Amino acid sequence: MNVRLYVWQRGTAALMAPLVLIHIAVIFYATRQGLSAADILSRTRGSVVWAAYYGLFVAAVSIHAAIGVRNILSEWSPVHDRSAGRVALAFGLILAAAGLRAIYGLVFA
Amino acid sequence: MLDYPRKQAESGKDRMNETNSQISVSLWRGAEDGRYETYTVPKRESQTVLDVVTFVQRHIDTTLSYRFACRVGVCGSCAMTVNGKPRWTCRTHVSKVADSGHLEIGPLENLPIIKDLATDMEPFFEKWQQADGVFAPTKTRRDAIEQIRPDSMARKAVDAVIECINCGVCYSACDTVRWNEDYLGPAALTRAWTLVNDERDGGNKARLQAIAGSGGCHTCHSHQTCQELCPQTLNPTAAIAGLKRRTAAAYLKGEL
Repeated sequence: MNVRLYVWQRGTAALMAPLVLIHIAVIFYATRQGLSAADILSRTRGSVVWAAYYGLFVAAVSIHAAIGVRNILSEWSPVHDRSAGRVALAFGLILAAAGLRAIYGLVFA
Repeated sequence: MLDYPRKQAESGKDRMNETNSQISVSLWRGAEDGRYETYTVPKRESQTVLDVVTFVQRHIDTTLSYRFACRVGVCGSCAMTVNGKPRWTCRTHVSKVADSGHLEIGPLENLPIIKDLATDMEPFFEKWQQADGVFAPTKTRRDAIEQIRPDSMARKAVDAVIECINCGVCYSACDTVRWNEDYLGPAALTRAWTLVNDERDGGNKARLQAIAGSGGCHTCHSHQTCQELCPQTLNPTAAIAGLKRRTAAAYLKGEL
């Protein structure tokens, strides 16, 4: 861990705190209102706000989790920092791709 | 010289035979591939762990190696692992740590063992150098002495941790040092924190760069074992947290 990774990890954590609360509130709202998948998609399709909200969420999660995986690998496995960085980058890209694919299905499909 | 029993092999029977006037003590003997050997030492009032080690060396086995100097908690030389925890042995009373009536004393962990209870402190002090823990003067002898207000924030931050005696207890107690041999450790970073807050010092740019990289202050997991066991009751974790904030601010300003 160096200062650059530290700032990005703490920064994305600070960003995710309100995003997670909003996400949980949305889940509670959707379940308590008994919204079906079709009801949810009718609200999210074409919405720039939901695309931006979950786009930001996916970006923050991908960066935060990738840095965390890098730290775990470099501290708990014999993998060297450079290799740990490559594995973490691949992990972050997979998370980002999966998240963006979900947003595409939620908003644009 | 008093006639005391020679070294005894550790066994349950030895412990059973122990009386209220004696204490059983296992000492690490040898280097990295050494082992614990058990001795019986008379119990004394206000006896310190260092007294016990010294007794063994003076009366039972003169080949026992250990390190001490002042015996009053100033020099930081006599730290050892006592019943699993690093402690300054000259100020640690046996009655406080030997709950079961038995002492196990080993060398400090996270440092190479030279012999018996003496460790090689070189890696510990090397990291002081790596953390740029050296004062960088900004004035000459012809300049007026800098006036430092004792109630300033910076001076208070220095005061909080300046009494470090470099005993190595925090370094030995630190899990992160155990996992990552490149980590600078609590003592070196705490020293750097005192200089970062020293208004007379001019070396902060290089110092912040030295502690902002891999193995620097951001490696700390804030387990706080250092502050729990520091014999001077200092709080290295808080000092390291201060360095994290200071380096992060410098990074965001583009200074690192």
